[in-house]
Amino acid sequence: MFADGLLLSLVIWTPILGGALVLFAGDREPSGARKIALAVSIATFVLSIPLYTQFNTDTHLLQFVERNSWIPAFNIEYFIGIDGISMPLILLTSFTTIIVIISSWEVIQYRVSQYMAAFLFMEGFMIGTFSALDSILFFMFFEAMLVPMFLVIGIWGGANRIYATIKFFLYTFIGSVLMLVALIYMYSKTGSFSILDFHLLRLTMTEQILIFLAFLVAFAVKVPMWPVHTWLPDAHVEAPTGGSVILAAIMLKVGGYGFLRFSLPITPDASAELDWLIITMSLTAVVYIGFVALVQRDMKKLIAYSSIAHMGFVTLGFFIVFRIMDGDSSATGSALALEGGMVQMISHGFISAAMFLCVGVIYDRMHSREIADYGGVVNTMPVFAAFMVFFAMANAGLPGTSGFVGEFMVILASFRASFWIAFLAATILILGAAYTLWMIKRVIFGEIANDNVRALTDINNREILYLGILAVAILALGLWPYPLVEVMHPTIENLLNHISQSKL
Amino acid sequence: MSEFIQPNLLPALPEIVMLAMICLVLVVDLFLPQEKRGFTLLLSVATLVLTIIAIVAVAPSDSISSFGGSFVLDQMAVVLKIATCGLSILVFIYSRDYLIDHDIYKGEYYVLGLCATLGMMIMISGHSFLLIYLGLELLSLSLYAMIAFNRNSAIASEAAMKYFVLGAMASGLLLYGISIFYGITGTLNIEQLAGVVPQTMKENPVALSFALTFIVVGISFKLGAVPFHMWVPDIYQGAPTSVTLFIGTVPKIAGFAMAIRLLVDGLSDLQAEWSQMLIVLAVASLAIGNIIAIAQTNFKRLLAYSTISHIGFILLGILPGTDTGFAAAMFYTIVYAITSSVAFGVLLLLNRKGFEAENINDLSGLNESNPWIAALLAIAMLSMAGVPPTVGFYAKLSVLQAVIQVDMVWLAVIAVLFTVIGLFYYLRVIKVMYFDKPEPDQLPTIKQSLDVKILLSANGLSLIGLGIFPSALMGYCILAFS
Repeated sequence: MFADGLLLSLVIWTPILGGALVLFAGDREPSGARKIALAVSIATFVLSIPLYTQFNTDTHLLQFVERNSWIPAFNIEYFIGIDGISMPLILLTSFTTIIVIISSWEVIQYRVSQYMAAFLFMEGFMIGTFSALDSILFFMFFEAMLVPMFLVIGIWGGANRIYATIKFFLYTFIGSVLMLVALIYMYSKTGSFSILDFHLLRLTMTEQILIFLAFLVAFAVKVPMWPVHTWLPDAHVEAPTGGSVILAAIMLKVGGYGFLRFSLPITPDASAELDWLIITMSLTAVVYIGFVALVQRDMKKLIAYSSIAHMGFVTLGFFIVFRIMDGDSSATGSALALEGGMVQMISHGFISAAMFLCVGVIYDRMHSREIADYGGVVNTMPVFAAFMVFFAMANAGLPGTSGFVGEFMVILASFRASFWIAFLAATILILGAAYTLWMIKRVIFGEIANDNVRALTDINNREILYLGILAVAILALGLWPYPLVEVMHPTIENLLNHISQSKL
Repeated sequence: MSEFIQPNLLPALPEIVMLAMICLVLVVDLFLPQEKRGFTLLLSVATLVLTIIAIVAVAPSDSISSFGGSFVLDQMAVVLKIATCGLSILVFIYSRDYLIDHDIYKGEYYVLGLCATLGMMIMISGHSFLLIYLGLELLSLSLYAMIAFNRNSAIASEAAMKYFVLGAMASGLLLYGISIFYGITGTLNIEQLAGVVPQTMKENPVALSFALTFIVVGISFKLGAVPFHMWVPDIYQGAPTSVTLFIGTVPKIAGFAMAIRLLVDGLSDLQAEWSQMLIVLAVASLAIGNIIAIAQTNFKRLLAYSTISHIGFILLGILPGTDTGFAAAMFYTIVYAITSSVAFGVLLLLNRKGFEAENINDLSGLNESNPWIAALLAIAMLSMAGVPPTVGFYAKLSVLQAVIQVDMVWLAVIAVLFTVIGLFYYLRVIKVMYFDKPEPDQLPTIKQSLDVKILLSANGLSLIGLGIFPSALMGYCILAFS
């Protein structure tokens, strides 16, 4: 067990220490900073692979556990471990960070070492968030990751970056402080900050509802759910490409992960009581935000709104389970919903990363995100156009890509709850196709719109490399999602079992 | 009363050492030419180091009292005195370059600073109304002089005058409260007072509440809690930055000790009453401090309003009346003092001859010219905002925990919501340093005093170090109240 826990700690702290190293290496030799950063991110990824290969898929119990006393005065522990929910997200994080570092290789010329260090710090903090089993440890990582992202948007962002980044920080912070109060409240009941102890804590309905709402504010802002989503389009539009990728691919997942780790198991009765709220918010995100995405003129904004709609699917999958359990005693339907939400999170991690990287590629050449400035890109950048069309199809949920799997699972599960919920949810397939493909039509196809487009050069090997890796990942997950579902299945079963028992 | 009992002088050894050394510094400084003024600084720092050694040497495992019970040395006093002296060392060293540049590099500055520190140590150990008052006055009188230290500055003289008038009024209020207590209980000794309060509560509750109100007002005045905060921003702004650094850090520790000695050691039976008053003061301080700070353009004023909001948090820790709460407030106070010493320390570094850095805009582009110093200030700002993994987070966590423990969740919610408002202006400082581009000729320049930089770096990194390993300091604070 010791070696196991040590491995997980290494995965958390390697990027953080590596980030400090890059920071102190300084900007005298930018290429050195890039190389160290790449080496650190690859090392982290390599270290994280055994988390998958040595993962025991027969048990829901926590694995790779390390547990040490940390702040005895408050019984706060350095308590980490992973299960089937967190492990895929950790791999997604270490994978995406490599992509981001490769993608920023030539693009970022200003204060390279600080930029690279920020992403390495974020990687460590995010992996820490997914591994933490002590709620204060979780909270520490949860908040700490805001700081590098704040700086990334603020220093390397677009024209309106300061507004966007302060909005981003404040929105997330206001959500999380209420969660902190809820955590301390539960500590005053249990005498421990361990999330596992919280899972077993009996709470009255009033307590559950208040705690549930505190968590909801924290995680809904992070996901983000309608109506607290407004920071996301701003942040995405202003962030540099790497920032957008990390934000969409991983940071949003922290919110979804929080629902599974905190809201559902700690307040199952309140979750069942208030599931209509989440379902309404999720469906609004899918339908209303889908229409909003349709009318965007800015590509990054469009993808940002598309992210909100897709994340609406995740929360729908997580909270539809109570309706399914009401109608159907067998757990297969509800397991399908939760697993669908999880698959959707991983898949959205790949697809949104790919979409933002594609926009980044043409933005670097034209310095415009306006759809109207483009047209006929396929004529000058055929290889790029192939990639972008493929990713757009995945975003629209084309069968065979990962985008289809998660959405299909959630829709299928929703049918067991209510036809109308499933019907509204399924509009994402139409709306998603509409806004994504319409954008593709205007940007990629058609006549060459202007001289700037005529002067475009196709993507280089470095860009082919990272887009190619993502394309493979999206296809692989779309064609054979079984390894992912297999990993999370025992954990999901256990979670369902846990939430079906009242804690009143 | 007929025979004189020799008091046990040992518990007061640190104070005695310090007083002796102050006299030495004063005399030695007389004979030093201006270019050797550094020796005075050295001697002053040596004084503080010797005092710390003396504190550690006499540190008791249990509480001991002397001078007829009016002087007490307990775990809390030991920790707070070490913090006081340690932070004073930082203040003295950070101030040096500023004083040289402003032609006020004089020995009296350090002598006054040492006197103020001595006053604070007496406040921390005082266990009689009279002794606490004497310590307070020693502190205040030294501070008045320090604020007016730059004779040629009109704004500093105005600040000193304002502080003097308001401070005198606060002392008067405190004294009035003390005199009523003396009148109804017949004692000035805090331990004896605690003994007779329950009886007096039955006989004369109105007079007791009346007196308590004046004591609370006096304490709030000295701490700068709303609505007795009006002096804080003006003094912070008007005083020379090196003195602001001193006022903004160390005296908060003494103020906390005074609150504990009077309210907790002496009047814990009236907890139900003073905790009501502290709730109002705390919420008002959090609200006014955080909201008005948003509108500030002067960095010193911003920190002043930030101080007011932090005082709100410290009061939040005291008001539950539990040991965990006192320990949390003590932890918060020490952490706050360390954090603000970093913030003011950076501001001092930005000053140079003929240029007084005090506006937030003076920080713009600091990341460009000096990323390391910018990072230190950013850490300090995040720590003040309570963002983990800085130590400010644990300070807030422990206070909130104490508040929630006594079922005042609503108070905790109010506190965290104002923290979010507070975050906004701390972020603005970071924004100015990292995102704004200054005019090329106005890049902030940093003097290259290596010792100051090393010390400041250690000080700034300690905010992260303590944030990752807060156990030791937290353990001392808990030990002080168990």
